[in-house]
Amino acid sequence: MSSVAELGASIPDRQRFPRLRAMMSDPVIAIAVLLVAGFFITAAFAPWIAPYSPTKIDVLNKLQPPSAAHWFGTDHLGRDLLSRVIYGARTALMIAIVSVAIAGVIGMLLGLIAGYGPRWLDGILVLTFDSLNSLPMIMFALAIITVMGAGTGTLILVIAMTSFPSYARLIRAQTLALKNSDYIVAERLLDASPPRILFVHLLPNVIGPLIILLSMDIPVVIMVEAGLSFLGLGVRPPTPSWGSILYDGYTSIRSAPYMVIFGGLPLVLATLGFTFLGEGLRDYLDPRMKVGRPA
Amino acid sequence: MLTYAVKRIGLGLLILVFVMVTMYAAVFLVPGDPATVALGPRATPELKRLLTERMGLDQPVWWQIIEFFRNALTGNLGYDVWSNRPVSTLVLEALPNTLILGTTALMTALILGVPLGCLAVVKRGTLADHLIGVLSVAVIAVPSFVVAIYSLLLFAVTLRWLPAIGAGEAGDIGSQVRALILPALAIALGWIGYISRMVRASMMEVMNEPHIRTARSFGLPEWKIVSKYALRIAIIPTISLVAVGLGGILSSAVFVEAVFSRPGIGKLITDAVNTRNYPVVMGTVLMMTAIYVSITIAADLLIARLDPRVRDVFRG
Repeated sequence: MSSVAELGASIPDRQRFPRLRAMMSDPVIAIAVLLVAGFFITAAFAPWIAPYSPTKIDVLNKLQPPSAAHWFGTDHLGRDLLSRVIYGARTALMIAIVSVAIAGVIGMLLGLIAGYGPRWLDGILVLTFDSLNSLPMIMFALAIITVMGAGTGTLILVIAMTSFPSYARLIRAQTLALKNSDYIVAERLLDASPPRILFVHLLPNVIGPLIILLSMDIPVVIMVEAGLSFLGLGVRPPTPSWGSILYDGYTSIRSAPYMVIFGGLPLVLATLGFTFLGEGLRDYLDPRMKVGRPA
Repeated sequence: MLTYAVKRIGLGLLILVFVMVTMYAAVFLVPGDPATVALGPRATPELKRLLTERMGLDQPVWWQIIEFFRNALTGNLGYDVWSNRPVSTLVLEALPNTLILGTTALMTALILGVPLGCLAVVKRGTLADHLIGVLSVAVIAVPSFVVAIYSLLLFAVTLRWLPAIGAGEAGDIGSQVRALILPALAIALGWIGYISRMVRASMMEVMNEPHIRTARSFGLPEWKIVSKYALRIAIIPTISLVAVGLGGILSSAVFVEAVFSRPGIGKLITDAVNTRNYPVVMGTVLMMTAIYVSITIAADLLIARLDPRVRDVFRG
């Protein structure tokens, strides 16, 4: 059994490698890979890379323009901006990965249940997905934040709640398409339990597109985190976040314009990197999902 | 078609109820009493009691929800906790600014995005096409509020060409237009990319159809084929995208209005969230959800009318 499965898996792999090479030969995607790798390394090794503590206040040196001691300058409390930007990568990545992972797991489970379960349950779940999906996301997020108070936990909850429906819909559609295929029917005839069928046999075949969708949503989540933190409704100070750096810079945009420049740049680079990488990955992993990408 | 419309509207109403019930349930479930949070720890008990009463939080939750919807149906969305003004007035004052911003952004995006998409098709496979493709994705990826801040820094603070804050003087169209340019462009930029990409994608599918081949065999110039015969069909998916996307523009408007201190819905609600002004948040969210849901329904029905494939599905 397993050797057959291995054989089946290895054939597309062999065909994929040339495409991986083709993908990396596209300069735009190669740059995107570099940006994302740089982002991950910065986030992972922040304490070693950052020259100062991101929360160390030094009021005597506040609003210093970029210099040899402070490459990006200092903010209104004299904190080193470069260190805050470096730690901001950590905040952004942590929130993006945790909330996308939570939403992915919820979406996967509910999608499998909706696709494989009884029809009445499917109906209820699809209605739930549809109503959550047709909410104006930002309005819903603001409402929840008013009630629960701003903070990292609320942020993750809001992002997970608003993004899981599209994942669930994707998994449901895939499950519906596969549930009557020969190998699943064979499993049913062998009296395999529904959890076994779902997790051992269906899941590996439906998860690919979900992973692509999740990776493409990471820049969106980074953007939402930064946006809400900019409004003062995301991560709480003094935790460094690109959004709150932008807000601090925005309040002193006339006296210290370098703050918004350096606060926004990593955000722009990260979202660009992830978006182009997502585009490349999608073309590479699943050419069928290709939508209007220039040849 | 009629059953479809009824179904969509029913789902829309359900969504509104769902949102409000979730919000009230969350108020109820979260520890700590909102009046204390709003007033701070040093408020006197009388003041707290007064505020709790004014927010209607002294009633049972289910009663609050029923009361809210009963009032909402008669146009009463509650009162601002701090200024005691009706929420419906606040919303109606702010709404025009947001709607003007949204439609201007969308029109700009269409005027620039559709020709760019056509250009990419005419020049397909060339450097220009590739460049438009890469730039489209890039502008979609960059957050609109960062575009807003950078354009504020460049055009309002450094070059001083355009005003940095507000929506312009009342009655002075010139200053209103000048105040509109930067925020509208910040929102439109991403949409230019999105629309040009969509136009290119749907047009590339159309380019292989027989009537295009016929037009080509008549020796018509490529740009004429694209703009006259291909665009007519390829524009349908774009229209639906734009209609559905109006809601997304509302989201960008929240951030962009905050950057430019433009007195619209986005600024109204973020200020209310920051001061924990429950009635204003609840009322505005209900109004905006209602607008968003109506736009989505209208868009779906429009697509159902325009696109025979969708229409036929719902005919039976």
